[in-house]
Amino acid sequence: MVIEARNLTKSYGNLHVLKGVDLDVERGSMVALLGPNGAGKTTIVRILCTLLSFDGGIVRVDGHDVRTEADKVRAIIGLTGQATAVDELLTGRENLVMMGQLYRLTAASARGRAQELLEEFDLLDAADRQVKTYSGGMRRRLDLAVSLIAKPPVLFLDEPTTGLDPRSRLAMWEIIKKLLASGTTILLTTQYLDEADQLADRIVVIDDGKVIAEGTPGALKSKVGNDRLELTFVDGDAFGRAMAELGDDIVDSNPTECSATVLIKDTRSDVRAALDRLAEAGIAIQSLAVHKPTLDDAFLSLTGKQKHTQNVEGQ
Amino acid sequence: MAAQLQFDRRPQAVIALNDSLIMIRRSSTHILRNTDQLLGTFFQPIMFLVLFAAVFGGAISKALPPGTNYLDFLMPGIIVQTLAFGSTTTAVAICNDLQKGIVDRFRSLPMSSLAVLTGHVVSDLLRNSISTVVMLIVGLVIGFRSDASLVDWLAIAGIILLFTLAFSWLSAIVGVLARSVEAVQWLTFVLVFPLTFASTAFVPTEGMHPILKTFAQNQPITQVVEAVRALMLGQPIGNYGWLSVAWSVAILVVAMPSAAWLFRRRTSGN
Repeated sequence: MVIEARNLTKSYGNLHVLKGVDLDVERGSMVALLGPNGAGKTTIVRILCTLLSFDGGIVRVDGHDVRTEADKVRAIIGLTGQATAVDELLTGRENLVMMGQLYRLTAASARGRAQELLEEFDLLDAADRQVKTYSGGMRRRLDLAVSLIAKPPVLFLDEPTTGLDPRSRLAMWEIIKKLLASGTTILLTTQYLDEADQLADRIVVIDDGKVIAEGTPGALKSKVGNDRLELTFVDGDAFGRAMAELGDDIVDSNPTECSATVLIKDTRSDVRAALDRLAEAGIAIQSLAVHKPTLDDAFLSLTGKQKHTQNVEGQ
Repeated sequence: MAAQLQFDRRPQAVIALNDSLIMIRRSSTHILRNTDQLLGTFFQPIMFLVLFAAVFGGAISKALPPGTNYLDFLMPGIIVQTLAFGSTTTAVAICNDLQKGIVDRFRSLPMSSLAVLTGHVVSDLLRNSISTVVMLIVGLVIGFRSDASLVDWLAIAGIILLFTLAFSWLSAIVGVLARSVEAVQWLTFVLVFPLTFASTAFVPTEGMHPILKTFAQNQPITQVVEAVRALMLGQPIGNYGWLSVAWSVAILVVAMPSAAWLFRRRTSGN
């Protein structure tokens, strides 16, 4: 195990932020910590990165105790936090070289590596501009590049795509996938089920300072439930006939709104099949939507209680 | 991909020094890039100098020893006042760093955490030196004259640099403790303003209330102002020389480790 936490606890006075968290990340794999705001994800990451003290438990990164061997841990980790941690008044290149030198790279090596990363992260045109002129996506890319300057074998990504537009988000995913493919061990935190699903080998679901579920994305999704097709019909008559036609596949319906929800096992074939059946029967549809399970759904099925997660996308 | 990375394998002490140099370079780059602050660095002291000389000059010169020109009397006061206020930019810079994620980044690196503070303090010293030189030039243009020899000037430089260093470390404490830049601004104002005005920077203490007078005569800024004034005007320096150095050293000895300790405590998130 490269990242290892046993029975990790952390309190602020009477506020118990972590209530005994166990976490393992194997070498070269990616684990996603999934949970809503305030679940304790960032606290875990900050402890693993030596930025925060903790009350109980054992935490080791690549065999080094984060308490007693903090400097050894710092030499092998990279961190991309939620707040972009770059110097606004310096240029992108200056940030990279400075951080490289602070990572103990020689000046020449830091400059060479900076050039490499600027190319790789598509920041060459903006390399010699002050960071304050960068867009949100560029800042995030620079921030990630900075944490990779010394090629750390272990990487912590704390909500790397929160607040990014969909295109920048996809670009970030591609970069993260490449890092994983190059052998980096990654711990990622996210509020988005689809992000954890897309990227991680294993997902650990955190709620209220505890691990409430963990497993591969596939195993977890089967617990959480499938995609659903949400249909709204033109009138009560169409609605009635659709109910008869689709029968057992309907898991939820609302006669006043003339809407029904159909469970989808395989999105590619089942949506088509359901629509074909409705078309053959001449039933007119007002609107349709394929609904993927969200973090809310996951919590609903994992804990049995409704969890209102704050969706901060686009902030 | 690419070449093997070369790591710096020099001894720990050299690396720690190197960290400080890297951070000094960072903070010094800020001086040039932060245009608003740069303008303030130049214009505020010039404005003070010209206004004080023009507005108070006539009235105050009556209270001065015969033959003393107010501008000559004022120059050391304005310089020390500017340095005292100038040192508060250390607090603003540190507070700014702490507000943003960049301190987390620094703390997650295998670097000396003190280097972050050292960087700001030393670059502040640089910026304040520049503004002092600018002020002296403007002073000379509007009629300031000094009898000081080269040795005197070196002594003046030593005294005010030490003073600025001490006040910047004091200011670093404020920067670490304050929760917002606004708090830093009023806090440093409340601390520095009375110290500079209840001193001999602008007026002699003769006309002050006895309690205020006792305070004014014994607080550090007065010692520094009087030492610099004596050197500039070619008067006997008395105890002011060693008192000013003693104050600065005392402040430095207390403030530097305190700031470092508070910084570590604040950034370890307890």
